[in-house]
Amino acid sequence: MRRNRILAHAVLLTYTVIALFPVFLVVLNSFKNRRAIFADPLAFPDAKSFDLIGYQTVLKQGDFLLYFQNSMIVTVASLTCVLLFGAMAAFALSEYRFRGNMLTGLYLALGIMIPIRLGTVAILQGMVAAGLNNTLLALVLVYTAQGLPLAVFILSEFMRGVSDDLKSAGRIDGLSEYAIFFRLVLPLVRPAMATVGVFTMIPIWNDLWFPLVLASTEEVKTITLGTQVFLGQFVTNWNAVLAALSLAILPVLVLYLIFSRQLIRGITAGAVK
Amino acid sequence: MKRAHILVFLAPAVIVYTVIMVLPLFATLQLSLFRDGGFVGLQNFRTLFGDTRWSASFWNALGNNLWFFIVHMLVQNPIGILLAALLSSPRLRGAAFYRTAIFVPTILSFVVVGFIWKLILSPIWGIAPGMLDAVGLKSLFSPWLGKEGSALTTLALISVWQFVGIPMMLIYAALLSIPDEVLEAAEMDGVTGWSQFWKIKLPLILPSIGIISILTFVGNFNAFDLIYVAQGALAGPNFSTDILGTFFYRTFFGFQLQLGDPNMGATIATVMFGIILAVVCVYLFAIQTRLRRYQF
Amino acid sequence: MFHRLTAAMLAATALTTPAMAQDVTLTIESWRNDDLPIWQEKIIPAFEAAHPGIKLNFAPSAPAEYNAVLNSKLEAGSAGDIITCRPFDASLQMFDKGQLADLTDLPGMANFSDVAKSGWSTDDGSKTFCVPMASVIHGFIYNKSAFDELGLTEPKTVDEFFATLDKIEEEGSYVPMAMGTADQWEAATMGYQNIGPNYWKGEEGRKALIAGTAKLTDPQFVAPLEQLAKWGPYLGDGYQAQTYPDSQNLFTLGRAAIFPAGSWEIGIFGPQIAGAFEMGAFPPPVPASGDKCYISDHTDIGIGLNAASKNADAARTFLDWVASPEFATLYANALPGFFPLSNAEVKLDDPLAQEFISWRGECESTIRSSYQILSRGTPNLENEMWNVSASVINGTVTPADGAKKLQDGLESWYKPGEATAPVAN
Repeated sequence: MRRNRILAHAVLLTYTVIALFPVFLVVLNSFKNRRAIFADPLAFPDAKSFDLIGYQTVLKQGDFLLYFQNSMIVTVASLTCVLLFGAMAAFALSEYRFRGNMLTGLYLALGIMIPIRLGTVAILQGMVAAGLNNTLLALVLVYTAQGLPLAVFILSEFMRGVSDDLKSAGRIDGLSEYAIFFRLVLPLVRPAMATVGVFTMIPIWNDLWFPLVLASTEEVKTITLGTQVFLGQFVTNWNAVLAALSLAILPVLVLYLIFSRQLIRGITAGAVK
Repeated sequence: MKRAHILVFLAPAVIVYTVIMVLPLFATLQLSLFRDGGFVGLQNFRTLFGDTRWSASFWNALGNNLWFFIVHMLVQNPIGILLAALLSSPRLRGAAFYRTAIFVPTILSFVVVGFIWKLILSPIWGIAPGMLDAVGLKSLFSPWLGKEGSALTTLALISVWQFVGIPMMLIYAALLSIPDEVLEAAEMDGVTGWSQFWKIKLPLILPSIGIISILTFVGNFNAFDLIYVAQGALAGPNFSTDILGTFFYRTFFGFQLQLGDPNMGATIATVMFGIILAVVCVYLFAIQTRLRRYQF
Repeated sequence: MFHRLTAAMLAATALTTPAMAQDVTLTIESWRNDDLPIWQEKIIPAFEAAHPGIKLNFAPSAPAEYNAVLNSKLEAGSAGDIITCRPFDASLQMFDKGQLADLTDLPGMANFSDVAKSGWSTDDGSKTFCVPMASVIHGFIYNKSAFDELGLTEPKTVDEFFATLDKIEEEGSYVPMAMGTADQWEAATMGYQNIGPNYWKGEEGRKALIAGTAKLTDPQFVAPLEQLAKWGPYLGDGYQAQTYPDSQNLFTLGRAAIFPAGSWEIGIFGPQIAGAFEMGAFPPPVPASGDKCYISDHTDIGIGLNAASKNADAARTFLDWVASPEFATLYANALPGFFPLSNAEVKLDDPLAQEFISWRGECESTIRSSYQILSRGTPNLENEMWNVSASVINGTVTPADGAKKLQDGLESWYKPGEATAPVAN
């Protein structure tokens, strides 16, 4: 028994190292000067090799604070829309019998299978026609559409599991359908919302394609696009590259650490069975 | 109307999804039936499968894509299950830490992941060769990403590294949701440890494994970014890492001096969509209905 | 509400300072994200000072995505006023679709020769749609300090070239040549197109391919592949996975002796080496002593007008300025290694850039063989050249098989003599 536990720790620890080592390596070397990066990539920066030149270059070049703010706005707004609209649709599909219920469900699920990138040109044309080109709103709309299929799919599974007694009781008490949804059902599926939230958030935060096509001007650049442009520009300047990578990793990492508790609770409270 | 609330609940999702996603997608897919502005029926599909140049590229990409998927199924999902099984063992200290740490690569963007691994495997920077040297295995190093035989597998493993957190989390959740009574009953019968895992837990989490497999399939057959970031749109060396996503991108948008061909691009996209749809249907109707669902 | 307020404020300002209200801002689409600081610090201020009322916004995207992004934007009507033009078909297609405006009558066009304009003219040369901005020259940059240390001199012939490589190899303190095949284009552009013109006699061979009187399987086109097949052993360990930035670092850190180069490296290498060693350059060695030398002097960047631009007049003013000798001098010295295509006499301050451009005197200039007309169909000859050159260096394809693959691919769609318009979609 005891031996088993040691073995378990050994395996988990090994994998943890594999998972974290590359990230650690990048952050570590971003604090060293160019020669030290090449001479001994595994060494910690010391008094002689410590150098912030990479960060100075990065921060001088682009307004990373603004990029970060743009990414936050887009991600939070898209996430809110996906979760709200997705939950509403999932509730309608799981709660009511009506003609076309099955068909609507299938229709909404179709989007899981096709990458939205295929529709780029038509989307761009639509956004230009609506005057939304180079606005953050355009990105929010695209990401909302992209995130909805999976959200509806997962959330409706969950909502089928919410006890009918509770809802019947609510109806007897004279609650409206809206109140039942917002006050009774939503709080119960919060864990599922957390799961959907994470799976929706990651691709939005990391997307490169739509910012490039829909919102590439300086004022609306996201952090991923900012990093990519920067990498293209300074591809041989490894100090700057490593600093830019670190700056792209750290905010997500911090956010993830803050929310990981909710995520775990969400997933483990009965996720995809 | 008494049932207006159904409409209100459905409307926002259906409208946004239809206008921003479905209509543009169909506007693109229908291009596969046209050429030079005129309707040509299935001519483009005949070109894709009949013209030896097009079909060679297509089968090469499809074959690579299958291998990409097989590596994920053989490496990512077993590792995910193993880690989840270990994490869910009762009274394991530090489980929260492991869980959090192992999920970290999943939150990184392709740009970052592709770049990091290119640096590590670079023969110039020499982290990989240096580390192998330290344990006396320098001779094992080879420029994996640059060799036709190993590039695709290397990229698949990088992708596994990035995404192993997802199956781990989902299986972990499934394992935790097995009621204690079931496990206690098993222990009473003397079924413990690994035999308990194989005989009791694994059958119970099969539906989750099924869902993960199908999500992996859909993800892999839509994959594009990692190959694009690491190997470029030409998916070198000698197209050995070309998958359907990069093949589509190159054709649809063009590359360098090659002009974009939206009609053929849309044809490839339609075929990709067909493949994914077919496999998902087979899964839903043939496999999922046979997996017994346990209700507790 | 907010908008109305802004409008009112704008109107009020307009009343007091009428001249300010007429400012137009021209947005420039470009793949040259490397040049961002130079535009911001040098070119834009110089232009805006001379032309009050016109503002410039340089908005580059990464080279790899430029074509896809620009095409999407043009289709949707959201592209900028000024478009940086890739040479030949990519731009010709835009012109045929009516996306690029006709600039034939732009006064500044008089400053360019027909050869300079060929990259951005219709096949018959009657219409020009982009102002030629810069060309790049291929050759070999070397670590002069290392050469001095090893007692080496610039090789003139192919035999001397390999003898030099052998000596560096034997001595052992430097990687003889910094190049990798991971990104593929290095092998084709800095390999095949760099050394090739000496074998196929520059323009003569290039035009013969277009006319159909020569094939890619002819000896003069296979010979450069045969030379490339011998490069492998002189490249660094693991060159198959070595990317272009890896190669640049290998050279600028002083670990490699020779770098098969494009002249654009001059501006990148200088600041990175920061005086750690001295650089020199030699043109591609000729097959036999006394042979006439040919260099790839490739028309690479042009700049044109989005036909849908609402600020066409201001844009023409700007393009005319780009065609002027003033811009040529400014640009060539701000970006050493990008050589102006204008007829105007331009003085270069950078000695290495001066060295590259001096080859125009001794050698005949040509452009890359696959760029004009021959990369119009599928399979795309340029893309195939990347693939074949990389495979030949890797040793996975023989020069003869590689040449056959190129010729078969080309023959499958190209019928010499017939006018093949670029595929209009």
